[in-house]
This record gives sequence, structure tokens and C-alpha cells, in this order.
Amino acid sequence: MTFTLRTGWRIAAGIAFLIGSAASGVALAQGKVLKFVPEADLRSLDPIWTTAYITRNHGYMVYDVLFATDANFKIQPQMVDKWDVSKDGLLYTFTLRDGLKFHDGTPVRAADCIASIERWAKRDVFGQKLGEMTEAWIPVNDKTFRLKLKKPFPYVLDALGKPSSNVPFIMPERIAKTDAFTQITDATGSGPFKMVREQWVPGSKVVYVKNADYVPRKEPPSWGAGGKVVKVDRVEWIYIPDSATAAAALNNGEVDWWQQLPPDLIPVVSKNKDIKVDNTDPLGSIGILRFNHLQPPFNNVKLRQAVLAVLDQKDYAIAIAGDPKNGKPCPSFFTCGTPLANTAGSEALTGKRDFDRAKALVKESGYKGEKIVVMTATDQPIVQAQALVTQELLRKIGLNAELAASDWGTLITRRSSKEPVEKGGWSIFFTWFVGPDITSPALNSPLRGAGEKSWFGWPTDAKLEELRDAWFNAPTPADQKKTAEEMQKRAFETVPYIPTAQFIIPTAYRTNLSGVIISPVTFLWNVEKK
Amino acid sequence: MLRYIVKRLLATIPVMGVVALFVFSLLYISPGDPAAVIAGDIATAEDIARIRAQLGLDQPYLVRFSGWMWALAHGDLGTSIFTNLPVSTLIAQRIEPTVALTLCTMIVAVGLAVPLGVLAAARAGGFIDRAVMAISVLGFSVPVFVIAYGLILLFAVQFDWLPVQGYRNLGEGFGPFIRHMILPSVALGIVYMALIARITRATMLDVLAQDYVRTATAKGLAPGTVLMRHALKNAAVPIVTIIGIGVALLIGGVVVTETVFAIPGLGRLTVDAILRRDYPIIQGVTLLFSAAYVLVNLVVDLSYSLFDPRIRY
Repeated sequence: MTFTLRTGWRIAAGIAFLIGSAASGVALAQGKVLKFVPEADLRSLDPIWTTAYITRNHGYMVYDVLFATDANFKIQPQMVDKWDVSKDGLLYTFTLRDGLKFHDGTPVRAADCIASIERWAKRDVFGQKLGEMTEAWIPVNDKTFRLKLKKPFPYVLDALGKPSSNVPFIMPERIAKTDAFTQITDATGSGPFKMVREQWVPGSKVVYVKNADYVPRKEPPSWGAGGKVVKVDRVEWIYIPDSATAAAALNNGEVDWWQQLPPDLIPVVSKNKDIKVDNTDPLGSIGILRFNHLQPPFNNVKLRQAVLAVLDQKDYAIAIAGDPKNGKPCPSFFTCGTPLANTAGSEALTGKRDFDRAKALVKESGYKGEKIVVMTATDQPIVQAQALVTQELLRKIGLNAELAASDWGTLITRRSSKEPVEKGGWSIFFTWFVGPDITSPALNSPLRGAGEKSWFGWPTDAKLEELRDAWFNAPTPADQKKTAEEMQKRAFETVPYIPTAQFIIPTAYRTNLSGVIISPVTFLWNVEKK
Repeated sequence: MLRYIVKRLLATIPVMGVVALFVFSLLYISPGDPAAVIAGDIATAEDIARIRAQLGLDQPYLVRFSGWMWALAHGDLGTSIFTNLPVSTLIAQRIEPTVALTLCTMIVAVGLAVPLGVLAAARAGGFIDRAVMAISVLGFSVPVFVIAYGLILLFAVQFDWLPVQGYRNLGEGFGPFIRHMILPSVALGIVYMALIARITRATMLDVLAQDYVRTATAKGLAPGTVLMRHALKNAAVPIVTIIGIGVALLIGGVVVTETVFAIPGLGRLTVDAILRRDYPIIQGVTLLFSAAYVLVNLVVDLSYSLFDPRIRY
């Protein structure tokens, strides 16, 4: 056979036809499939075993909750139909809604709820507090169960309805009986989506289908509360590690929704009229500068106060968020925009940035130029931005600050070291919490003063701990608010950490999507694809 | 030859043992703690210590190493710390995209590089030679990710001819498979092509200066026959060697290419595992890559006898 130009064209046309028809076939099959690029790769299926937000989000897909927080910070029933509290506040009775079923077809029973809550209470900070107050969980029948308390605890529903990690998701009893420190691998829940386990490719794709048996509540959706009505047949989480590729895929329509749009790509993606760049997170996240209270020089309160005197939240907001629209100061130890956020003592952050006072405090502290190790993670832009601003600030007030750059995996290992910097310890590290994680003294782990039992940095502050206990015992919202203000005032004096800024990471989705829920957690029910 | 193959295969066992010891020790002394990653930001030091104990990460070096080696001897690569899935399952999920990408890249690279190298040698000093060498220098100089982004911008975003990212296996049809393979294989293949083209040109120039080539030309053989049948065959041994060495380059390049094009292959699996300190995966994949490299070298050695009958095993 002779290879002629005509034969070549025929072969080329054949290949083009094959490729073209394959492409159109793929497009036809996509009717009601929501292709979503999540913030991270789903590595673990157990939202109790890990506090990773991606696993929490997976939890919301496949599990349901007894109570949920709505947009007005009110706790609303979700799986629970009705509940009541005894007059002495010691006995709660919960009755489940009709029609609740797990993905394997078995009904949700009181025993499942009790086992799930007990497992959660072994791991979650708020759950542990509830556990301390609990005398017993008592099943009454398949749909009703009781919580008997040792003493009145006004936050029972707040704990059961907490929106962020660890969320008290309800699992079948056979799964919930697993040790709380052993990872579960069975994703059977009773939530609005079912996970297609055999199509899960860790590091690449997670597939969920609509749970046809799910009975949504009648109320409209509001954060995690209200009706969870699923309006697509299938959801694919497609993990794209490279942000430029994710932007191109969204531009091309290969994916419908990119959960977290990096600040530097906002202008690029915004140019496409088929894409909406949106701020769906009303609380955003809070950056945190954490001192090591065990080792010099920041075991000296004067030096911590010196940093507080010059730290300007506006600098951090712009460094983290890029666009001033997406970052702002939040001079409170409780997430701004939530009920306990307040201004007590906050002039320490909002007043004039006073370098002379800071230098005087440094002098008073007796600092003699000891090396300060500022840990940063170059693979975490939010951490890196805070570290660079801080290093410059520390130098300006005469501190000998040195950046210790690593990846996040190394940083979180090193931060558990209580040794001096010469022996691999550290002086300062940075992180950030999503807004719902630090809305109250029950949740705000860095705002503890329990010494070595505290979160990394280990501040000791007996008064702060007393105030925290007082908050747990405060009977009314007014008392709770007052105690939170006192805690904040104390924190601005002893500086366990410094909140650096409140920022939002925008989301971007194709304009053929509607019904995206405004919430600090990204929920995929109610979303419609045209 | 069979005896030689068996001998070489047996020799891989101590090599793999050394690799296993080296990888395990390196991971043991490297900073990072999977328990801290698992526990998340809110966890306390006690939580982390308990997770570490649960995973057996608090055990001494020898206990952990001997446990891993014992499992390995029984064909068990271990279980991923994070996903709780067997490492063999994760590798099985990821091996197809990587093998497909490697093969497509080799086809693109070898298919273009060898003819270009031959042509450049045949027209040494001329325009074609200079053009091929310029392309080679460009291929070496521009990083894979830059080429990849350029290709995405042009062929996926501007012209919308090809998809930006992802992978379709052959089971979903040849069309979707090849559509998803074109850009990654070209991006990865350019460096590889540059390397092979240069070696092909240099080797061919050597061979073309030999007496027997002059004799073949003098007795009236067509230039194409002299070039392809007499010169190229004798230049094949160094070219095949460099193709084999290039497999190591490919393994490195695959990591970047898989990340940029979001291909769920072994390269991405390894990088993700390193970032979160998922030791069993890192150990398993490294052993696999080492075994693959040893086998590729064996195949290269065996192929010498095809091109040069003087080489016998």
C-alpha cells in the first residue's frame, strides 16, 4: 500500500471524528452531575478521628446531625423532631423524626444516636465538656432517648449543634462503636448523599449520589439547618492540586465549582462572564499568631505585649487576602460577626501602633538579643504571609527574629516541641481557624490558660481558666456575654495569642449553578445545575 | 541468555533490600509526624500521642523496620495511615495512568527524537541541524510545568480542542483516553525528546564518519538506506541506553506533569504521601519505582544483543 496525502487526510479525519464523538458523549452524560473542586484532598472518611475540614465537609454529605446552627446562630432541630428539658435542667428528652434511614436501608434508632454522640464526646473539645457533665444517655425506645446530666449545663444544644470540627454526626451503632482513636472506613450514614465507595480514588476523585430515601425538613435551608434538598443526581469532588489548572478547568467548564479561589487568581477568573466569584462564607477565617509561653523570650508577658503594641491587623489582612474586600481587622478573641465578639480591651489592637512603647517594653523585659525562631510553612500561603509580616515587625522593635521555613507537615511536628530554640524548639508559629471554630470559650482552644494541658504554646493563666469555667456555668446569654468580655479583656493583658486578621477565601462557580448556600461550611444540597 | 536473565533478576533482591533499608531509615529520621497531620490543628499533644500509639509510630526503629520487612516478605506493602486502604490497592488504582503517560510520552519522544536526530546528523551544519539543536536546547531549558501551562493555555483554554485536566482510562474509550493524554505526553515528552535527539545526532555523526559507511555510499546505496539500515542500526546501542536512563527522568517528570494535569497517577500519590508523611505509601511506591528501574535496565541490556550481534549473554 502506498501512503498518499489523501490517505493521510482520511486517517486524520477519522481520528478527529473519534475524538469529537467521544467528547460529545462525555458532555451528554454530564446532565445532572455537579463537578466540584474541593479545598483539599479527602484522605480520611472519619470526621471524628480527624478534625480536617475536608473530612468534616464529607461528613455533611453522607451523615445527618441531631441539631444544627442556623444563620442567626440559633440551634435548630435537624434529625430531632421534638425535644424537651426538665424544669431542673438535668434531663433532656429527644425524639427523632419519622422516616430517617441509613444508606443500607436500616432505620436510624436511638441506639445509633447515643453510640455516635458517645464516640464524638471522646474526641471533641466541646463534646468532652458535655461528657464531663453527663451522667447517662438512656434509650427509651427506637425513636426516643434521654440525656441525664450531673448538673445543669446550658450548652447541651450548642454542643450537639456545633457546625464545625468535630461535628457530632450520626452513624449506625455498629460503626459508632469503633474506638474513637481508630479510623472508620465505612461511610454509611443517613445524610442527603451516599458515597460511591468503589469510585473513590484518594488524591483524585470522590463520587456521591443523591440519597433517594432522604426525607428533608420542610424549612428553607439556613447554614446546616433546614431542608437538605438535593437537586443534582451525582456530585463529583475532583481534587486539582494545581491552582492554575483548576482555574483553567473552571474557565473551560470542565468543572462547575471551585471551592476556594486563591487571591492571585481572582482577577483572572473574574474576567469570564460565565463564572461568578462569590463570598459565600459570612464568617471567614481568623489568622493566629501563637507564642511559645514555656521558653524565653516570650515566656515574658512584656515581650508579648510589645508585639501586641505594634501589630497592625490591616497589614496582615492585606498580606493574607490580597484584596482589601476579602480581609479586615477583627480585634476580638471571638470571631467577629458572632454573638460573643466584643470590644473589651480591644484598643490594644485598634489604638495607635506604638513602636516607642514596644521598644520600652522590650527593654523592661530584659531581652538580650536571644534568637527568636518564627516558624513558617512555605506550602501554606496564609501561614507564610503572616510569618513574613511578623518577622519584619519583630526586627523593627529590635528583636532577633529568624524564619524557620519548612512544609506544614514539619511545622506541626516541631510545634509540639517544648524544648528551647537551640534544641529544636520554637518561639512563634502561625495558623488560622475557620470562623465557627473560635466563636466561644468552649471552642476556642488557643484561649486556654491550662499550662501544659493547653493547646501548643502552653500558656498558664489561672484567671483565664477561672473565667472559662464561669462561662460554662453562666445561666443566661447576658451572663455569658459578660464573662466572654472579661475573658477577652484578660487575654489582651496576658496575650496568649494574637488574632491577626479576619479574611475570606472567595469561591467561584459557573453561572449555570444556583442555590449556593451562604454559610461558613460549604454545603452541596440546594444547589441546582441548569 | 536465560541464565543471565535469572541471575540479573536474583541480583535485584539485594538491591531492593538496600533500597528498602535506605528508604525506611530516611523516613524514620526525617522530620514530620503523620499523627499530628491526622489530628488536625485543634488537637492537643495528648490526642496526637494517642494517635501515634494507635498507629504504632511510637515503636522503636528495629521493631517497626522488622515488622515492615516481615509483611513485605509476605507480599504485604502495608496500609495507608490516612485512607486506611492497602498500599497495594492504592498503587493498583494509580499505576494505569502513570504507565499510560509514560508509554505515550515515550512514543511521542522517541517517535520524534530519533528521526530528528538522524536528520540533523545527515544535514550536519545545515539549517535543519541548527533548528533541531535549537529545539533541543529549548526542550532542556524550559521547565516541564511552563511547557504544560503553555499547552493548556493554547490548546485547552484558547482553542478548546483538548481537556485541561484529568484522566480517562482505556475502558472509557480510545477517544477520551487519547484526548486526555495528548497535552501531558507532549509536555513531558519535550525534555525527553531533546535528550534523545541530541544523543542520536552525536552518535550518528560518529557512525557516519566510519569507513564502512563511506564504502556503502561508494558502492551506490541510496542515502536513505545507508542512513537507516547501516548507520542507525550501529548507532542504536547508545541511543537505547539513553532511552533507558531517560526512564529515571520520566519518573521525576511524571510527578510534575501529573500535578499540573491532575492525573491520578503514582507521582501524585507519592508527593501527597510525602507531604502528609504517609510512610507506608512512600515506602511502597519507592520500592516499586526502584524495581521498575532495575527491570528497565535489564531490558535495555538485553536489547543490545538485538542491535549488535557481537554482544552475547
